[in-house]
Amino acid sequence: MNLTLHVWRQKGPNDPGRFETYPATGISEHMSFLEMLDTVNEKLEAEGKEPIVFEHDCREGICGCCGFMIDGKAHGGQHKTTVCQLHMRSFKDGDELTLEPWRAQAFPVIKDLMVDRSAFDRIIQSGGYVSVRSGSPQDANAILIGKEVADRAFDAAACIGCGACVASCPNAAAMLFTGAKITHLGVLPQGAPERFRRVQAMTTQMDMEGFGYCTNHGECSAYCPKGISLDVIARMNQDLLLAQVVTRDEVRREGGE
Amino acid sequence: MILESKAPKGDIQTAWDRHKFDVKMVNPANKRKYTVIVVGTGLAGASAAASLGELGYNVLNFAFQDSARRAHSIAAQGGINAAKNYQGDGDSIYRLFYDTVKGGDFRAREENVYRLAQVSVNIIDQAVAQGVPFAREYGGLLANRSFGGALVSRTFYAQGQTGQQLLIGAYQALMRQVNDGKVKLFTRTEMLDLVIQDGHARGIITRNLVSGKVERWVADAVVLATGGYSNVFFLSTNAMGCNVTSTWRAARRGALFANPCYTQIHPTCIPVSGGYQSKLTLMSESLRNDGRVWAPKNPADGWDSSKGKVGKDPRQIPEAERDYFLERRYPTFGNLVPRDVASRAAKKACDDGQGIAYEGRGVYLDFGDAIQRLGKDAVGERYGNLFEMYERITGDSPYETPMRIYPAPHYTMGGLWVDYNLQSNVPGLFVIGEANFSDHGANRLGASALMQGLSDGYFVLPYTIGHYLAQVGPRGKSTEWDSFKQVEGEVTERTDKLMSIKGKRSVDSFHRELGLLMWEHCGMARNAKGLSLLLQEIPRIRAEFWENVSVPGTPGELNQVLERAGRVADFLEFAEMMALDALEREESCGGHFREEHQSAEGEAERDDEKFQYVAAWEFKGVGVRPELHKEALDFRYVKPSKRSYK
Ligand code: FES
Repeated sequence: MNLTLHVWRQKGPNDPGRFETYPATGISEHMSFLEMLDTVNEKLEAEGKEPIVFEHDCREGICGCCGFMIDGKAHGGQHKTTVCQLHMRSFKDGDELTLEPWRAQAFPVIKDLMVDRSAFDRIIQSGGYVSVRSGSPQDANAILIGKEVADRAFDAAACIGCGACVASCPNAAAMLFTGAKITHLGVLPQGAPERFRRVQAMTTQMDMEGFGYCTNHGECSAYCPKGISLDVIARMNQDLLLAQVVTRDEVRREGGE
Repeated sequence: MILESKAPKGDIQTAWDRHKFDVKMVNPANKRKYTVIVVGTGLAGASAAASLGELGYNVLNFAFQDSARRAHSIAAQGGINAAKNYQGDGDSIYRLFYDTVKGGDFRAREENVYRLAQVSVNIIDQAVAQGVPFAREYGGLLANRSFGGALVSRTFYAQGQTGQQLLIGAYQALMRQVNDGKVKLFTRTEMLDLVIQDGHARGIITRNLVSGKVERWVADAVVLATGGYSNVFFLSTNAMGCNVTSTWRAARRGALFANPCYTQIHPTCIPVSGGYQSKLTLMSESLRNDGRVWAPKNPADGWDSSKGKVGKDPRQIPEAERDYFLERRYPTFGNLVPRDVASRAAKKACDDGQGIAYEGRGVYLDFGDAIQRLGKDAVGERYGNLFEMYERITGDSPYETPMRIYPAPHYTMGGLWVDYNLQSNVPGLFVIGEANFSDHGANRLGASALMQGLSDGYFVLPYTIGHYLAQVGPRGKSTEWDSFKQVEGEVTERTDKLMSIKGKRSVDSFHRELGLLMWEHCGMARNAKGLSLLLQEIPRIRAEFWENVSVPGTPGELNQVLERAGRVADFLEFAEMMALDALEREESCGGHFREEHQSAEGEAERDDEKFQYVAAWEFKGVGVRPELHKEALDFRYVKPSKRSYK
């Protein structure tokens, strides 16, 4: 099949950017979306022109590298599918598609469809971990964790950090991403001691990075390639409220206020 | 050159503990005087960087991806082995050790393997303490499964995403150190060369992939955790960015490359669907627990290239016309034979004209019986995720029609030579995880890659690197040394050369050409004729590459084609060493199958008398024959025997 692509080209963060149009010809329905872009790029390269820059690595939907908007939908909008796992059989001959990078203040464009998501790393860095040292902690079975709790932690931990939640949210909020980590670690006994400190540190960092606020649109979860549930945001908000109470108690105990 | 393993002598069971006591320790107050470079943030790199940071060293950690969390360890599906014996089914450190040595076809160093089995139990404790959500039973205990034909259930898992969960655990530990200022993390930064000063590894040269800036980094030791080289085949299950550059650049500077011909081919991947294919996707090995592998007896029912489809819908092929070739050839293990055996059997069926996918390269993996026996729901419970993934990629549902599978390159056991301390022959250069050659011999068991990466990073390197640092003591550091200027000059010159060719062919077209040839002649089965042909063809492709490759844009900006061009240029040099190693190893062992060395029934024949050694190659120049150094292998505990799965 043959398609027409309108692709956002931007040389760098300071370039205003513009759309350019490319034909994608002789496309097989078995190709992945990125393989389709590969063929367009190979042609550009052989002509000595600069290929379209997009981020990708595993091409199996697990590393979280890939991601851009296709016709305004993160990863193309197919249910629980990253753009590297999207296949051309979902499109038809003659389709015209618009490709744009994630649009969010906290994710500046680096080039073309590639954005800077290091804000996510800084959110994790601010507290998204359990403070244990490498060494010999107690036996792994010493603390029992019910299957329901383990499953809940796992579901939240499935996040791949691609940024589709931010890109889909009308406010460019990072609540789903942050809530997922807070839920993953917060429900487990190992993460419990730092639960309140963590939620405060991570949400503070999230605000500092310039992400927006949640107004319950739910687009983040709808376009999440891993289907992370909105529950994680509720959990985060609940922990944040509790944290205010708990920290106030602590301050009082230590003779403050 | 004498290759000294430095493995402790005497009783293997106490060897590691004795060694830990014997090694020199760095005074805690002095640790901050040392800087360690860690290249890579996969399981090995992230765990090492985090652990070294915790110990008080200054760590500089590099990743070419945009975040440390993207490293390819993330894609491991199946699980991680550990000799916990939680199931009480007779597992032990000794049994895991024994299985690994035997599975590696008696081509690994026993002492390293024993240590790996020993620390495997600590890994699980460590990961659970970090909050890695492993699968659990209703009672709250950790769940296990049996994997890859093991006789005990020692594999821990987190659905089909064990690698992801373990990597995120290591990444979080790493980010904690970044927050504490002990680790400085440089993402989108690629190592392009190694700097050696006074015979010791003292730094690296990198390229900032956004600005194109070439930079120098000096340290007291360099750790490479840069993964394997499966992408030499172009098509593999590795991520697109996986490359041999760091290890090959180190090899060019004098580090020995060991056993490059040991590559693992995973039997159950989704077959190629067309010439545009960019990578292959693995389907977990666990599928073979219930799926039956077959190919049509009648070649006419297989792939018809004139029509571009199979001759007959598999569902229409009656039982009597199906060849369940694994069950037929290996009645005892059947569909559960090890990876290398299963892969070769599928290749043979396709070579015999029974193939069923694009270009006749594929066989069926059929769940029809399992669905009848257990019901659709029970099968879905076990494999639902994988079935969905398969359907997303192929458009077919395995509930309705048999899966199509074919072997694909997946893991490389070869890598830079290291001693028991994980130090290469270049002092101060340490190599961990898939990047080294050490623990898997000629074949890796399922669920052992994650184990080795984390063992090296959390539990081995942090001790052994201290031994080196304590011996050399704190030293002056400067990026103004002539060694830095010279290596940086060479890096820039090479980049300029790549940019100046302005040829007519894309980088990928060269990579694809090399990969197809390597797959054909140095893949699942190898012979002297094909390997000799490779040794003629690789220099030809390399020469054309340096005359006719097209790299648009400039070096002083983000340039993905330039990144790939550098990696492909290194594959084009490395491949020659790999083919030579395969040619010289005139035996069949593990993943290395030489057609000349097989029994009448087509089984691999090892030659312990002549080849019970590690082949460590010393680079002597591009296009110049490398020099072979041998480390003899001694089996004091597990006596070499023939692997048989009949
Ligand atoms: S490239 Fe890894 S998730 Fe798409």
